[in-house]
Amino acid sequence: MMRRTFLIALPYIWLLALFLVPFAIVLKISLSDIALARPPYMPQLDLTGGLAAVWDFITQLDFENFVFLTSDDLYWKAYLSSLKIAALSTAITLVVGYPIAYAMARAAKEWRPTLLMLVILPFWTSFLIRVYSWMGILSTEGVLNQFLIGIGAISEPLQILNTQTAVYIGIVYTYLPFMILPIYSALEKLDDSLLEAAEDLGCSRTTAFWLVTLPLSKGGVIAGCFLVFIPTLGEFVIPSLLGGSETLMIGKVLWEEFFSNRDWPVASAVAVILLLILIIPIVLFQRNEQKQREAEG
Amino acid sequence: MAQSKVKPKQSPSTAAFEPWNDPNEKPLIQFKGVTKRFGDFTAIDNLTLDIFEREFFALLGPSGCGKTTMMRMLAGFETPTEGQILLSGRDIGDVPPNKRAVNMMFQSYALFPHLSVWDNIAFGLRREKRDKDSIASRVDEMLRLTRLEKFANRKPHQISGGQRQRVALARSLAKAPKLLLLDEPLGALDRKLREETQFELMDIQETTGTTFVIVTHDQEEAMTVASRVAVMDEGKMVQVATPQTIYEAPNSVYVASFIGDVNLIRGTANLRNVATAAPAAPESESETKPEPVTKIETDEDPRKPQPNDYGKWLHDRLLAPILGQRVDEPKALPAPTKAELAAAAELQAPVDVPEGGLTIDWAENTPALIAANGDPEFDGNEVVLALRPEKMGIAKTKPDAPNVMRGKVIDIAYLGNISTYHVELKTGTMVKAQVANTRRVSRRNITWEDEVWVSFSATAGVVLTE
Ligand SMILES: Nc1ncnc2c1ncn2[C@@H]1O[C@H](COP(=O)(O)OP(=O)(O)OP(=O)(O)O)[C@@H](O)[C@H]1O
Ligand SMILES: [Mg+2]
Repeated sequence: MMRRTFLIALPYIWLLALFLVPFAIVLKISLSDIALARPPYMPQLDLTGGLAAVWDFITQLDFENFVFLTSDDLYWKAYLSSLKIAALSTAITLVVGYPIAYAMARAAKEWRPTLLMLVILPFWTSFLIRVYSWMGILSTEGVLNQFLIGIGAISEPLQILNTQTAVYIGIVYTYLPFMILPIYSALEKLDDSLLEAAEDLGCSRTTAFWLVTLPLSKGGVIAGCFLVFIPTLGEFVIPSLLGGSETLMIGKVLWEEFFSNRDWPVASAVAVILLLILIIPIVLFQRNEQKQREAEG
Repeated sequence: MAQSKVKPKQSPSTAAFEPWNDPNEKPLIQFKGVTKRFGDFTAIDNLTLDIFEREFFALLGPSGCGKTTMMRMLAGFETPTEGQILLSGRDIGDVPPNKRAVNMMFQSYALFPHLSVWDNIAFGLRREKRDKDSIASRVDEMLRLTRLEKFANRKPHQISGGQRQRVALARSLAKAPKLLLLDEPLGALDRKLREETQFELMDIQETTGTTFVIVTHDQEEAMTVASRVAVMDEGKMVQVATPQTIYEAPNSVYVASFIGDVNLIRGTANLRNVATAAPAAPESESETKPEPVTKIETDEDPRKPQPNDYGKWLHDRLLAPILGQRVDEPKALPAPTKAELAAAAELQAPVDVPEGGLTIDWAENTPALIAANGDPEFDGNEVVLALRPEKMGIAKTKPDAPNVMRGKVIDIAYLGNISTYHVELKTGTMVKAQVANTRRVSRRNITWEDEVWVSFSATAGVVLTE
């Protein structure tokens, strides 16, 4: 009995220690005021002062920073632009990833592990190095431009780096495996005899795809989309390294608030809002997984 | 067993359905020298076969003999490595599955897991661009037929295995195709539902004129529904014939032992000399000749009417003074005349022991077995006499039969309507004799360890070579 309770409690303890406590701290900071101190915010909680000190601390907290976020349209524009970039790159990743997953699932059985390996291979090197190499590829003196000039397709180097395009390229490249893997796993489970049955009942290959393959890989598609959308929304490295001045993403704003402005309370407020925005897709994602499991069970 | 079943196929209206015997009849399906190989494994080996319209064609054979492969070639999922398949005289080699007027019920059911039972059944109809109402009424009809009305809105994973099988059946039936391929359609159903569905299928077949090719592991099912049965082994057709022929006249030991129970008695065949048939079997003659005579003399019918006590009292009081004492002993019949005896012998002889055929030496110091229907071609060969257990009689006293074998009862299997006696012959061979249980078990006079005689007529067996 004790053991069971402990086993059930374990993930909750984990969640408490690594998610809820940090979130509580961030939330607390977002309700504080900026201060020239170390750490750079006020008030500080002093537990040695007893209940009176705690009460004093609580009364000093306010929503000033959240009000501030609405006063400057930089913030909501950044949120909106992040949502747009995340949505669009998710769509592009899906369009690129689905055919790859499909081809992998249709490939001869003995080839599949190799193909799967190739999809996972990029994870073996550091994410940062891969983004830097994209800078090397996309810059005006980069590999891509030199190649295009070399074959005579263009005479002037293209400005790709530090544009929105470079951001999309970077995001799609980075998150493609997260799209391919769940779709592949759904397609691989698909029983070939279902497609034969569809054909037997009068479907062409194309209609069989739309009526059988696609609906049956729906779970994988949804999972893949969330797996790309959620981290992209808060993405910071890719827009700051590949994007230009016009790339406005909330991750970047957050970073600047923390490190350039050293305004921890505002930065925390930005993070809290971001988390609230993310809760919606995360809950939807969980629900999809649940439904998937039930359908299989 | 199989032949105890009512076969509508034998009813007068369909008795004449034998298109395979009619040279003018055009087959619906023709396999012409079809071979299918997977790598260097030959799944179907040079198959040539005609299946006719309105047939109910059953494929029987052990697992892995190529039944599903044959179906898949008909449905268009496999192409023959060699040879041609014609449908209504047209080579269907390059016709894709969705353009063939053929529907298949998959052995694995292949139900669409994301669609409800209703939508699964409607799937094929929707592809035909039918209007909504006709689709709905057809689906409902199929649901009723397969008793799935209650489950129309469930998903395949929410119903039982047998229900899933019925959905698969309903889905393949819905389009009323010209040719329906059923790969073990009823395996997961309980006996009662299976039998009902078998009759439904036969009904559907009769009303719609659909041609059925059905794979089954249940011989009884094949016997019940099929117009012809094909017995396959390792990609080859061993025998294609009507259920009766397959059962009564198998063409090989393989078919005989695959279909139903069979006793196989090995021996050497000799041409049966008709002229010396009678003296050659003196022991059977000495038994047969006096038998009818003694039978008639000692024939005492215990059921001959006898007066009861009240009747006796009445007789003694009223009738005895007038008619004299009553004689209780049965009156002996007059001895049969010579003419009567001859007539009786004439009546019996041709029925019991037809002339011709073979004798089979099967064990030393035992009279040869008579197989009057044996092919004289086998003279001198090693042969196998295949005997169905239900054609064997069993008795404690030596019966009057052309073929008798002595043995000891080792085991008795009680199967309700019949009992099977496992008898070990003097040679060590085990044979089975099946007897209908017309009397109660307690009244049975043969039991374990009894010395018995197993007997069968001169035409009961089939002589085969291996
Ligand atoms: N795609 C394939 N590749 C290789 N071998 C195959 C393939 N399909 C079938 N076979 C082989 O061909 C043989 C016949 O298979 P098939 O499925 O026709 O058997 P079956 O008679 O339907 O058996 P069962 O009664 O078990 O369903 C088997 O030995 C099987 O292993
Ligand atoms: Mg099979």
